[in-house]
Amino acid sequence: MNWSAIAAIYRFEMARFFRTLAQSFLSPVLSTSLYFVVFGTAIGSRIQEVDGVSYGAFIVPGLIMLSVVLLAISNASFGIYFPKFLGTIYELLSAPVNFIEIVIGYVGAAATKALFVGVVILVTASFFVDLRIQHPIAMAAFLILTCLSFSLLGFIIGIWASNFEQMSLVPQLVVTPLIFLGGTFYSISMLPPVWQTVTLFNPVVYLISGFRWSFYGMADVPIGLSLLAILLFTGLCLGIIGWIFKTGWRIRS
Amino acid sequence: MTTILSIKDLRKSYADGFEALKGVSLEIEQGEILALLGPNGAGKTTLISTICGITTPTSGAVTVGGHDIQTDFRAARRMIGLVPQEIALEPFEKVWNTVRLSRGLFGLSRNDERIEDILRKLSLWEKRKNAIKELSGGMKRRVMIAKALSHEPRVLFLDEPTAGVDVELRKDMWEIVAELKRSGVTIILTTHYIEEAEAIADRVGVIDKGELLLVQDKDTLMAQMGKKHLEVMLTEPIQSIPDSLAAHNLELNGSGDALVYTYDTNADRTGITALLNDVAQAGLVLRDVQTRQSSLEEIFVNLVSGEPA
Repeated sequence: MNWSAIAAIYRFEMARFFRTLAQSFLSPVLSTSLYFVVFGTAIGSRIQEVDGVSYGAFIVPGLIMLSVVLLAISNASFGIYFPKFLGTIYELLSAPVNFIEIVIGYVGAAATKALFVGVVILVTASFFVDLRIQHPIAMAAFLILTCLSFSLLGFIIGIWASNFEQMSLVPQLVVTPLIFLGGTFYSISMLPPVWQTVTLFNPVVYLISGFRWSFYGMADVPIGLSLLAILLFTGLCLGIIGWIFKTGWRIRS
Repeated sequence: MTTILSIKDLRKSYADGFEALKGVSLEIEQGEILALLGPNGAGKTTLISTICGITTPTSGAVTVGGHDIQTDFRAARRMIGLVPQEIALEPFEKVWNTVRLSRGLFGLSRNDERIEDILRKLSLWEKRKNAIKELSGGMKRRVMIAKALSHEPRVLFLDEPTAGVDVELRKDMWEIVAELKRSGVTIILTTHYIEEAEAIADRVGVIDKGELLLVQDKDTLMAQMGKKHLEVMLTEPIQSIPDSLAAHNLELNGSGDALVYTYDTNADRTGITALLNDVAQAGLVLRDVQTRQSSLEEIFVNLVSGEPA
């Protein structure tokens, strides 16, 4: 393994993050606060509790997932698309690195940035609601796995994209609706039976359900299924990336 | 001499059937400077990109220092530095970090002294804390070179390194290349500048339509370069060259209104004075006189096609 290359890519990508650290920090704080004001106060006044958890606290795992998933995708897609756009990818392709090292460097940095934002949201939320985390290790594992898996998805999007518009296509048209319909702001048990069944086809349900379980011990789907879903998703992304580098699709002529 | 770069029957075809490289074979000795010439789209950049790993070859074999670029790509690529034709840099990053990234990517441990040395030699030291976007085009070109040198390559590819740069930078570049050669680095460069090949190359190769037409020693090449054409334009067209001018090795152009005289600029006597005297003696009236020097590419392409340069 070319650890030096992995460290170089990781450091270079993190430098981009540190250049805009204030924005990286303030943006999630502000958006989380707004979610609490809008959803927590407006809807929370009508829904007092969900399965014994205050509505404000109930939405925290979903809020974290919402930001973390979208940021992981945008960080990773931008991270690899930008070198393509600027032409600096020539250096990556001519360096003595293999695809695993490139992925570790880029995805590792994207996941770190998303993780940072997830923690910022968690801390911000603790000022608004009474948070308790029943399974802290599971919570950390879910958070890290989510950061990694969606960074892998972002990496694929970044390689696939031919322009900036395409980069925002998947997050805006696919991922955001799935997150909003995946139980971020409600429990799927609150839906009519037909919609409960339909919702189970949304993969994000398993993610948010598992993450919420790590906080409050309550889940819409069994925790094992949630874990299996995210591991399968990670494996699928890794498989696609492996194929991309093997064939050189969209990166090597 | 030791062969450091060996290219055997290298081919590159694209899905649309276009053949960018049609079986290029070439051996490059350690420490030599090879200038690759060829018109746009000849395959120069494809050849370099394929050797460096940016483009996957369709067939053929390339070894760098005995390491195959595909089966032993790590060892092969570690030996290679590349300065591409286009300036490609992250605009918001600082010069220092950009160069440091390159060293890391090639698996070398941190060495600030080495990077400082490179930046000083390239007159970039004062700019090390500047973001790339704050630099001029010439400075950015220097950063590209610094990146390629940061990992101490044994073979350096310079793809049109002085295209669009000022005279000062071009001279600096030549000095850097000369110093690298002294330290044993092998350099392959593509260029359109005759004086560049003349100043720094040991051998010159000509590539056209994906084929390496020939590779020649620079001195032999310069003998060709010494030839110049004098065009004597006449007021009235003539049917044939008068016998009194037969000794001057003249050619008549297609429309018969100009005599073309080829001479050697390096010769003690070019014979121009005698020619012009004899032309006047022959009763021919001159309308205009002009000289033209064949370009390097022209000479080689014409040599191969069998036409006079």
